[in-house]
Amino acid sequence: MIIALAGNQNCGKTTLFNALTGSNQHVGNFPGVTVEQKIGSLKEGKKSNSDIKIVDLPGIYSLSPYTNEEIVSRDYIIREKPDGILNIVDASNIERNLYLSLQLAELGIPMVIALNMMDEVRENGGSIDIELMSKLLGVPVVPISAAKEDGIEELKSVFVKTFENKIKPQVVDFCNSDDQGGVHRAIHSIMHMIEDHAKDKNISRRFAATKVVEGDDTMIDFLKLSANEIETIEHTLIELTSEVGMDSQAAIADMRYRFIENVVSQTVIKQKESKQHKISVTIDKVLTHKYFGIPLFLAIMGLVFYLSFDLIGGNLTSVFEIAIDNMITTVREGLIQFEMNPVMISLICDGALSGIGSVLSFLPTILVLFLFLSLMEDSGYMARVAYVMDKALRKIGLSGKSFVPMLVGFGCSVPAVMATRTLSSERDKRMTIILIPFMSCTAKLPIYGYIASIMFPGISGLITLSLYVLGIVLAVVMALVLKKFVYKGKSVPFVMELPNYRIPGFKTTLLLLYDKAKDFIVKAFTIIFTASVVIWFFKTFDIRFNVVSDTEYSILANIAKFIAPIFNPLGFGSWKTTTALISGFMAKEAVVSILDVLTMGEGINGLFTTASAYAFLVFTSLYTPCVAAVAAIRNEFGSKRKGLLIAVLQSVYAWTVAFIIYRILLMFIV
Amino acid sequence: MTKLSELKVGESGVIVSVNGDKSLRGHLLDMGLTPNTCVRVSAMAPMGDPIEINLRGYRLTIRLDDASNIEVMKEKIVCNGNCRECLKKVK
Repeated sequence: MIIALAGNQNCGKTTLFNALTGSNQHVGNFPGVTVEQKIGSLKEGKKSNSDIKIVDLPGIYSLSPYTNEEIVSRDYIIREKPDGILNIVDASNIERNLYLSLQLAELGIPMVIALNMMDEVRENGGSIDIELMSKLLGVPVVPISAAKEDGIEELKSVFVKTFENKIKPQVVDFCNSDDQGGVHRAIHSIMHMIEDHAKDKNISRRFAATKVVEGDDTMIDFLKLSANEIETIEHTLIELTSEVGMDSQAAIADMRYRFIENVVSQTVIKQKESKQHKISVTIDKVLTHKYFGIPLFLAIMGLVFYLSFDLIGGNLTSVFEIAIDNMITTVREGLIQFEMNPVMISLICDGALSGIGSVLSFLPTILVLFLFLSLMEDSGYMARVAYVMDKALRKIGLSGKSFVPMLVGFGCSVPAVMATRTLSSERDKRMTIILIPFMSCTAKLPIYGYIASIMFPGISGLITLSLYVLGIVLAVVMALVLKKFVYKGKSVPFVMELPNYRIPGFKTTLLLLYDKAKDFIVKAFTIIFTASVVIWFFKTFDIRFNVVSDTEYSILANIAKFIAPIFNPLGFGSWKTTTALISGFMAKEAVVSILDVLTMGEGINGLFTTASAYAFLVFTSLYTPCVAAVAAIRNEFGSKRKGLLIAVLQSVYAWTVAFIIYRILLMFIV
Repeated sequence: MTKLSELKVGESGVIVSVNGDKSLRGHLLDMGLTPNTCVRVSAMAPMGDPIEINLRGYRLTIRLDDASNIEVMKEKIVCNGNCRECLKKVK
């Protein structure tokens, strides 16, 4: 049995999904953070029942094709025909939430409503007549609290029973209100007209008819109506407009909301202004304040970066570094005493361990940064950021909503690129994706930390900061260029819900960090391990597979020497830096581990001058995103060629900028 | 007739019509900005745009540009999220 979990954004859908399946995934409070369909098996007691699968659809407000996510959800339900729809509704915001429910009910698929956040409603003195609501809506309604895991067992038994017995929604006519007879008649006459087409396409005729009345072009194309039929429909709609005094699109929405208002007035004893709402409004008086809003945002970001890169993350990283160095030394001494072959010792210590170690020591910094970004998202602050920053982003042709994926980009480009699916226009989405790699991801941090601490002792923090700022400045330049030449026109409308602030779930946050740490460690032991060993191999042997006395004569040196001249104008045309840059394409962290492996014993001072070290940092902060990010970009653009083109253009851009900066620096320093 | 974008912070109105291009219009209607709904402008972003409005018991942010597609009748009422009650008072 396949069950689609559908609901508005910010209604606790992902929390319910976790409660039902026990699967661990990210719960976000920014509208639309669920960017991919996630599937989980229903949890029964301690085991999971693999016969019952739940698909977590993106959070949507309607089944009209306004955003990509609405299209994804709608297509999924229409094409995949799940055995049932589990519709989650936020009881504390019931009117707007039920709007989607009415559309889902029209699909003629068995359906159950999970009325979430009932604890909040009760806490604030409200109540809901569940039985009457079930009757009026024609679908079973079960009150729950996903966050407290209340009512989940009952919900399970109700939906399993409903879906097994294939009980369809009992009410589909939502046009019982007083003066809306015109809409009712129009829907019914169109239902008859398109009956055969809907049957051909195997979709509910009721759903098809209301979409046609709404003027939904996707549906009209999908049904393959004849010119004659379209003309008759147009005539019906004109009649409708003159009868009810508004056009058909507004008339349908009006009809649905009237129906909902009627249901709500009969079943809901309204809460007074809820505590959560009051608190949120008060917090927003400060966080979105006319004068303090933006400085506070900058201060919060500053604090996040300070804590991640310095106070907590940075210091933990130093501790990690020392521990790892000591471990490698101990292993080396042990192996020497064991009288192991020196080449083998070199493979283990100089190849594998130091490669992995140099990357692993940055784990604390990365986790701390991720922790803060996810707290900002789950608490609902990211939505405020979008609201506060919208006007500024509009100047570069984007909307406030693009700001969130870009902030996530400071963590990792891959989820950032995927988060662009919440944007409602293809233009905004593509532009945002192109800008994301300019936000230095945490994987680049080890590079900045490593090189800056050696080449710029004392001012390494400042150097790192300058790279972040440079990335942002160049992103703005890029955005203006794109706006002028490639993606002309205005950005899409900005219409976004402000959810109430919520305290992020402790469990969810911890699980997210655990996933992230696991991800990073797995990467360290697979990609980085392999790259380190392979590079060690090529640098230890020459083409006749003799151990070389000087890496200069190794296979690696010979290959890299061939490419290195490209970087001569930037001041770092050595084969060692070239090799590091090439491995950086696999994973940015590798740049550090490879440099470390290649310069074992002599340090990197010999490779750079002050100016060329900075040019190298600029180049690494801007050149092609790693292979995982390029793959994500390719997916979102739906074109392999474009994905590669972006990677190449990005590298050319990086080369040019690094060149200019290097030449300028040369005028002042060496 | 007033545009929603012309209401000042703290002022309320009842929606008369929603215009603009089809997809934006559809989205606004879906979000509950249907004719005869009362809305209150409750705040303004630091840079003066977008604005925050309250309707149907929730908070929505919208740009002035997009809000200018919505025509309202300015009313001396305070939106409490219950449009029926509100409309009775107006009529």
